[in-house]
Amino acid sequence: MSAQLREISFTLNGKSVTAEVASHHTLVEMLQEQFHLYGARESCGQGLCGCCTVIVNGRSVSGCLYLAVFADRADVVTVEGLAKGEQLDSVQEAFVSCSGFQCGFCTSGFILMVNQLLEQNASPTEDDIRHYLSGNLCRCATYPDIITAVQAAATTLRKE
Amino acid sequence: MSTHVDAPASVERKAPTTQIGRSIPRLESRAKVTGQAEYIHNLRLPGMLYGKIFRSTVPHGRIVGIDTRAAKELPGVFAVITGEDVRALVPEPYYGPAFHDQPVLAIDKVRYVGEPVAVALSEDPHVAEHAVNLIEAEYEDLPAVFDEVEAAAATDVFVHDVLKPAGMFPDLKHLHGRTKTNVALDFSLRRNDVEQGFAQADYVFEHVFRTPTVAHTTLEPIVSVGEPRGSQALTIHTSSQSPSFVRSEVARLLGWPENHVRVRTAFLGGGFGAKLYIKLEAMVAVLALLVKRPVKISLTMEEQFYTITKHATTVHLKTGVTKAGKITARHCEAWWNGGAYADIGPRVTQKSGFTGAGPYDIENVALNSYAVYTNLPPAGALRGFGIPQLVWAYESHTDLIARELEIDPLEFRRANILRNGRPQATGTIMRDTATVEVLDSLSSAMRWGESFDRGQGSVRRGRGVAIGFKACIAPTTSVAIVNLYGDGSCAVYCGTVDMGQGSDTAMAQITAEVLGLDPQSISVIHPDTDVTPYDMATLGSRSTFHMGNAVRLAALEAREKLFVIAGKALQADPSLLTVADNYVSAPNGQRLSISEVIKSCFLMQAGNIIGTGSFRPSYTSPSQGDGQSDDITPFWMVGAVGAEVEVDTETGRVHVTRLVNVADVGTPINPAIVTRQLNGGALMQLGFTMSEAVRFDNGQAINASLADYKIPGILDIPDQTVAEIAEGCQNTGPFGAKGAGETGTFAVSPAIANAVHDAVGVRIFDLPLTPESVYRALRAAQHQPLEDQQ
Repeated sequence: MSAQLREISFTLNGKSVTAEVASHHTLVEMLQEQFHLYGARESCGQGLCGCCTVIVNGRSVSGCLYLAVFADRADVVTVEGLAKGEQLDSVQEAFVSCSGFQCGFCTSGFILMVNQLLEQNASPTEDDIRHYLSGNLCRCATYPDIITAVQAAATTLRKE
Repeated sequence: MSTHVDAPASVERKAPTTQIGRSIPRLESRAKVTGQAEYIHNLRLPGMLYGKIFRSTVPHGRIVGIDTRAAKELPGVFAVITGEDVRALVPEPYYGPAFHDQPVLAIDKVRYVGEPVAVALSEDPHVAEHAVNLIEAEYEDLPAVFDEVEAAAATDVFVHDVLKPAGMFPDLKHLHGRTKTNVALDFSLRRNDVEQGFAQADYVFEHVFRTPTVAHTTLEPIVSVGEPRGSQALTIHTSSQSPSFVRSEVARLLGWPENHVRVRTAFLGGGFGAKLYIKLEAMVAVLALLVKRPVKISLTMEEQFYTITKHATTVHLKTGVTKAGKITARHCEAWWNGGAYADIGPRVTQKSGFTGAGPYDIENVALNSYAVYTNLPPAGALRGFGIPQLVWAYESHTDLIARELEIDPLEFRRANILRNGRPQATGTIMRDTATVEVLDSLSSAMRWGESFDRGQGSVRRGRGVAIGFKACIAPTTSVAIVNLYGDGSCAVYCGTVDMGQGSDTAMAQITAEVLGLDPQSISVIHPDTDVTPYDMATLGSRSTFHMGNAVRLAALEAREKLFVIAGKALQADPSLLTVADNYVSAPNGQRLSISEVIKSCFLMQAGNIIGTGSFRPSYTSPSQGDGQSDDITPFWMVGAVGAEVEVDTETGRVHVTRLVNVADVGTPINPAIVTRQLNGGALMQLGFTMSEAVRFDNGQAINASLADYKIPGILDIPDQTVAEIAEGCQNTGPFGAKGAGETGTFAVSPAIANAVHDAVGVRIFDLPLTPESVYRALRAAQHQPLEDQQ
């Protein structure tokens, strides 16, 4: 466990940063311990629930399985990087107005996945939404409202 | 209904603005969508050690030895603690809300696979985890018992040598010191003469139904941090639904006054009953005091399966009914698999047990309910507190009876339903309970009178209904403080834990209604036992009613004080003042802002106006033996479900196309949040209906992960999920409201099984309704059982 630390450099929510990580540290551990970002969080520990979702080089990864060293020279975006100052992004706004959450523990992962979905598909059907979000679990089962929120965000983004 | 603090009659008039019944967004919305919401999961303290738990690998055994030497020698390990170390600090380290039976770490014996035996501590969680792998324990195996019915009848295998009821509950006192039994509570209820009722019946039906162990799997796994403040004081940061209980129980263990223990929570990433009473709190408290450093233990998802589950049950029902469809008698016998430690199981057994005859008007009732110790992980509360298990049984049973009598299942229920003014099986008269309205709403939402497409070929369609009810737990107390600051802003201090149910928002709306404020401007102070007053716990759908009433009383007292001050400043009679939009107004049109009123008293922006409210409904304990009580609960909750399903007869797969749940929640404070809770409850129960079951092999849970234990994902929910709020008003509730957190769960499972029966003519008696169980039943019905069942 006294593994050697290695310095990595990467872009975190638009800013260049460096971190010291051991080979066994996960992305979530690094984000929480070195950058005090808690939006990505470990829950199932197996990459099945989506609570730890982080965007690395434009693709969602399970931050509880993804090793921190792999973030070297990468572009990393977390839920904390979505709002512009006080201005929430359209997906966040839709999750607020449609109340697409209850306890909120899974919400960061859903919001990042919905952003990725809407980048790929501006007008998803309900089936598209369900399939795309099938890797994110919500134990409060707020799924019907999440589907409504995705549709609302899609509508807003199409108008922009 | 009585309250500790009755509001003066003069302040009972209606506030001029209406915040009640408004679906405002949750107060914490922004924090939750930006990743900023506070969970104890996030907490790191200077000097903090991480604890990892070494767990028992045998279901029942005497501890011969625990070898911690290799673990202690691992570089980076701060300490390894066992039960013997715990006993040096706490001579009797046994805790529990009903029985003092659960050790902080195992002592002498282990009673289930997964029981905590030792803890390794390190500043690096990976080192602590590695150290756990170096610990070795030797056990002398003892015979174990796993099935609740077998355990109740056992004469040679006992999980506990002697029963140790906690003493808080009068109905457990008779069990004190009892030996040679696994039955931790034997509740019985008798109403009139059940045998005579069977004699009057034209038909008598008997069935047995079972439910398996299931798991809460809160996405924020259970987490606690113990922080010593010298050797005589302690702070516990914990993802707890019951901070007041944690404080008193940890203080009792340590022999300290309660004010030496501070317990605080943040938002919870789900609770569902998993985070009640003591989970990790006693452990982190003792560890922190032993090593004189803050200690954090955060469970993995797998470890949650070893910490708390929902009771597996066996329920035997016998019902007498006339040719015309009138139920004359019902006998319900329920066995609850409580696992190795009682937790709140004996309360589940009694509080749910007395509703075992269902929401029906039945003259002759006999109920027996047994909390049973087994060598499985402890079972406790899970969203419904035993009600969904009972409703599974009595609503499957009721449907079978209606089917046999060839009476429409909804009409059969309507004909026997328990109405306001009639006594429930305990003898308590039903009031403010919308049983009839719920059935009516369900009938129209299901378009029950219209024809229904029954499918064709290998896909058959069916529909089913079910209705369940629950008595809110009693007697319990909530205390609240409402504080107006010098600038006119307002905070509510209450011990209700917001774990996703939206209680912060509901309490803010109640306060805002009384004080004429914008609910979004109100701060709700999260539970901190050094700051917020007592609350029994956030459980059993009790908060809206109990804490809602306490908050309302506190706000009324603050308003009364505000009006006395404002009356002087405005030279008006305080009883004629009104408050709206932050201004206090006199009948002559003169007005002052709330901050101006407060400044008129303290001469600058200073001081507070504080109102307090304390609420405890009346209660009569059920009498020993016959379980009768004239006042068993402050309110009843009613939930009905209708399901439309497609059954693939070639695979046994059941697809729920439409799930309608109708609930009596009184008058909702925030209809959107209530609807979301109803849907959430129903969809959680959908998991317990269709796929979830913790499987054990010789006591070892063999599917303790989200890879092997299937909770509903977004692809598993019905095509249509509908929640309807039936017309109702709880006159004793805050602005007519009552609890709603569990109601959506009650009737889901039997409604789906009844729909499956309607579709393909087979009955499933044991949950879950997996494709395999349905397919086996289909084959058996065709007299072609699968080979292993021949």
